[in-house]
Amino acid sequence: MRTAFIETLCDLAARDERIFLLTGDLGYSVLEPFARSYPKRYLNAGIAEQNMTGVAAGLALCGKTVFTYSIANFPLLRCLEQVRNDVCYHRANVKIVAVGGGCTYGASGYTHHGVEDLAVARSLPGMTVVAPADPTETRLAMRALAHMSGPCYLRLGKAGEPVVHRGDPEFEIGRAIQVRTGQDVTLISTGAMLKETLSAADQLARQGIEASVLSMHTLKPLDRQSLRQAAEQTGAIVTVEEHSAVGGLGSAVADFLAEADLPYVRLRKHALPDELQRKVGSQQYFRRLSGSIVASVKLLVAEPVGAPV
Amino acid sequence: MNPNLPHSDPSRLAARIRRRAVEMVHSAAASHIGSCLSVADILAHLYGGCLRVDPANPHWPDRDRFILSKGHAAAVLYAVLAERGFFPVAMLDSYGQDDTVLAGHCTDAVAGVEVSTGSLGHGLPIGCGMALAAKRDGRDYRVFVLLGDGECNEGSVWEAALFARQHELDNLVAIVDHNKLQGLGAVDEVLGLQPLAEKWRAFGFSTVEIDGHDHGQIARSLANVPRQAGRPTAVIAHTIKGKGVSFMEGSLAWHYKSPDDSQLAQAIGELEVAL
Repeated sequence: MRTAFIETLCDLAARDERIFLLTGDLGYSVLEPFARSYPKRYLNAGIAEQNMTGVAAGLALCGKTVFTYSIANFPLLRCLEQVRNDVCYHRANVKIVAVGGGCTYGASGYTHHGVEDLAVARSLPGMTVVAPADPTETRLAMRALAHMSGPCYLRLGKAGEPVVHRGDPEFEIGRAIQVRTGQDVTLISTGAMLKETLSAADQLARQGIEASVLSMHTLKPLDRQSLRQAAEQTGAIVTVEEHSAVGGLGSAVADFLAEADLPYVRLRKHALPDELQRKVGSQQYFRRLSGSIVASVKLLVAEPVGAPV
Repeated sequence: MNPNLPHSDPSRLAARIRRRAVEMVHSAAASHIGSCLSVADILAHLYGGCLRVDPANPHWPDRDRFILSKGHAAAVLYAVLAERGFFPVAMLDSYGQDDTVLAGHCTDAVAGVEVSTGSLGHGLPIGCGMALAAKRDGRDYRVFVLLGDGECNEGSVWEAALFARQHELDNLVAIVDHNKLQGLGAVDEVLGLQPLAEKWRAFGFSTVEIDGHDHGQIARSLANVPRQAGRPTAVIAHTIKGKGVSFMEGSLAWHYKSPDDSQLAQAIGELEVAL
């Protein structure tokens, strides 16, 4: 995703002189192509995320489209008030890019686990929140965001994620992508969990459970239409995310269902437990902490249909 | 471009906006009058002719930018903007009232307010971004940021100071309202900043110390920006919190209190002498 991000940004910058890239002194062997091609529009702001974000807002208030770049929690949480006041309050055209979302840096320890970011970003008024599933969605999201004014949080994985989509799907910010159809349950994934979600759907199919799969790349604004459709067609939803169980995709869907005036819909969240992780491990180690998607689905579809008495 | 400057005498303009700020804070039962009074002379100089702004065209791309980073002194900024013609003076009566935009901290919903502020340590980074945009776009506007001395406790101020020198933002001016008082006491006793001017110099700013109530000194400090090519400017303005109202001067309490009717009458009486 990192590679798709920088390649697309370079393409966009060739056609749009307003595009700037600011980094908080991270992005070794990633950002060089942009820095070489557009030295006047590239800035290493140093290890100073608060200032970087304020500078980005100032540039945006003078007509620039500014991407800020760092890893894990640094471009959002370290400078959260600058994001809130300098960027969102002014509706400034700043796109915050966090590489290594979720537990990409699992072995690096808790400081580098980006597992509350979606909850925090989603709570900010006017913030568009996007977590692409693969390099294809990353490229399509970047193009869409560059043409959209206003604050955005873009959560990316790292490098080397496989391309999940066959060809380019139709992509629109705020519109989920239907990746697979099925009538028994809807699996909704965000970010890089799409691949695991699809393999869970394959396993379920072998056990006679047909799952519909949506890639919910945009958490805000949430695609209410697709959610309503999913609720009506399958009546059972499992959300899948590499994020705390608090405030991410699962919470967003639960919020929607709470007010959607729909008949009883069964919902389960496949997410990281709301617990401080003092142990380290690979990304796969942390994904296992969420349990098995297949097991979640089987528990859910075993529940009686209709409102509990 | 300085369309019809209504106030050729900045000290009279300062007295007028002091009076208006006291009235606004009284009717809204609001805080921070001491801070408003300590920056009034600086604002009167800036909006009395120093800044290249056009009230009829507040988004003119070549305008000088002014950021009141100590956003709690909003009342006196609104007052000077109204006096300068950005919006009707009568609108000041709505300060702090229900369903209005004149917030207790600066908001860009008000014509002429460049940046919304209120949490400290935000203005200088934004100012750096604006100054950088001017450089990249080949425009000659300047960016003035007014900070409090207590605000210099915030680390983000010093992040921005490093950045300004690194990128040679000589179109950037940081003015520090050095009134020596902050939230709960004297700056020196809370989190000392001395030697303050030396700190700004060490960060690479061309730095000057002035009496922030002396209009001649204010004018001279801002007359030739940049003072040194490649270097941002810092003006350490020694001021008195509550300046112009005898019982508010140097008093921490007037960071919080709102004048009652008789205090208002006394304050206006004292300020009218200067009008």
